[in-house]
Amino acid sequence: MNIDSIKNGYVLDHIKAGKAMEIYEQLNLANLDCQVALITNAKSKKMGRKDIIKIDRLIDIDLDKLGFIDPNITVDVVKEEKLIEKKKIDLPEKIVNVAKCKNPRCITSVEKDLDQIFVLTDKENQIYRCHYCETSLKD
Amino acid sequence: MKHLIDIKDFSVEEINDLIKVAKNIIKSPDKYSHKCDGKILATLFFEPSTRTRLSFESAMLRLGGNVLGFSEASSSSVSKGESVADTIHVVGGYSDVIAMRHPKEGAPFVASVKSSVPIINAGDGGHNHPTQTLTDLLTISQEKGRLDNLTIGLCGDLKFGRTVHSLINAMLRYKNIKFVLISPDELKLPEYMIKVLESSGVEYIETNDIEEYMGDLDILYMTRVQKERFFNEQDYIRLKDYYILNLDKLKNAKKDLCIMHPLPRVNEISTDVDDDPRAAYFRQAEYGVYIRMALIMYMLGVK
Repeated sequence: MNIDSIKNGYVLDHIKAGKAMEIYEQLNLANLDCQVALITNAKSKKMGRKDIIKIDRLIDIDLDKLGFIDPNITVDVVKEEKLIEKKKIDLPEKIVNVAKCKNPRCITSVEKDLDQIFVLTDKENQIYRCHYCETSLKD
Repeated sequence: MKHLIDIKDFSVEEINDLIKVAKNIIKSPDKYSHKCDGKILATLFFEPSTRTRLSFESAMLRLGGNVLGFSEASSSSVSKGESVADTIHVVGGYSDVIAMRHPKEGAPFVASVKSSVPIINAGDGGHNHPTQTLTDLLTISQEKGRLDNLTIGLCGDLKFGRTVHSLINAMLRYKNIKFVLISPDELKLPEYMIKVLESSGVEYIETNDIEEYMGDLDILYMTRVQKERFFNEQDYIRLKDYYILNLDKLKNAKKDLCIMHPLPRVNEISTDVDDDPRAAYFRQAEYGVYIRMALIMYMLGVK
């Protein structure tokens, strides 16, 4: 399968297979008018199967959102068709308006105009807790 | 500006200072009766809690201050759809300090971000209730004469019981504390609190038998199984009377055991225990007023 190489933009590589659509939506890639290639279930020596997203423009990418969805993604920055940087992403300390608190007793369920904020409280187990009620996203 | 949303907002030094002031108030209440003349405490209770509200109001009145507020959401502008942020914005102009209770978890934190006066969390859903924890610490200090070297039995609903979680967090900051966690399997201390215990290196034992370690305890903290924390009424009915403390169960207990309960109790402590000198729960409720007096003074910067 041939996909055009990109001139100036990003290759989001090593995405866990099946996660590409979530990233596509979270980064609002549907709103771009440049070429965006979404490749799912590509063969990978390291991962078996992986997803890849290619974006043919140097947009502002929210690395915190990416890191929250999958901290193992690599972000290749391409300029003039050359790979100039491999950005490493990490679990963000705080995520804002990425996930919603599921606790029906949380103030965010009723109070208007509150940002949905989660804070990383346990890096090893990737536990994020609501900034308001401390409920874990994984509960 | 200082707020009290979570007991962890206060350092051990700050807590020890509050306890010291509260003990002075117990000794010489007259010296404090005009400390807050001309000041106003607003008690904003978005859900009813008569005991906590009266304790705050008594504290402020005993300091010579005044109180205003509401005791349930239906008698406030919330029933018209006003946000917490707007309510606090307005009431900040009417008062010098606000004690706020709210059924939604995190509401006092939202209030503290918007408030022009100090906010005291008087309970937010199943989340925090720091003035209960301060009350518990004063009780332990007053009854046992120390806050370290204690074996503390926590009994009942350890899953949803916020007073228990806060008390554990507070006591972990003192030396040589051991916990005995007594609960039915369904109401065991949640995994994340177990992790807190383990990472602090404190000694703890889990059991569902209230009598098994009774002879080791310095403190027995009983809790009520709260109906409002259950989504399924059948579970509540099955678990509500799991533990009933009576004199028979206390036969192996230490002579200087201190029995505590945040109140109100339902059936979990038999009334025959009330006259035993080890029953500290009614004194505990009274200590709640003194520690709130010390807290209000601290929040207002009154020496």
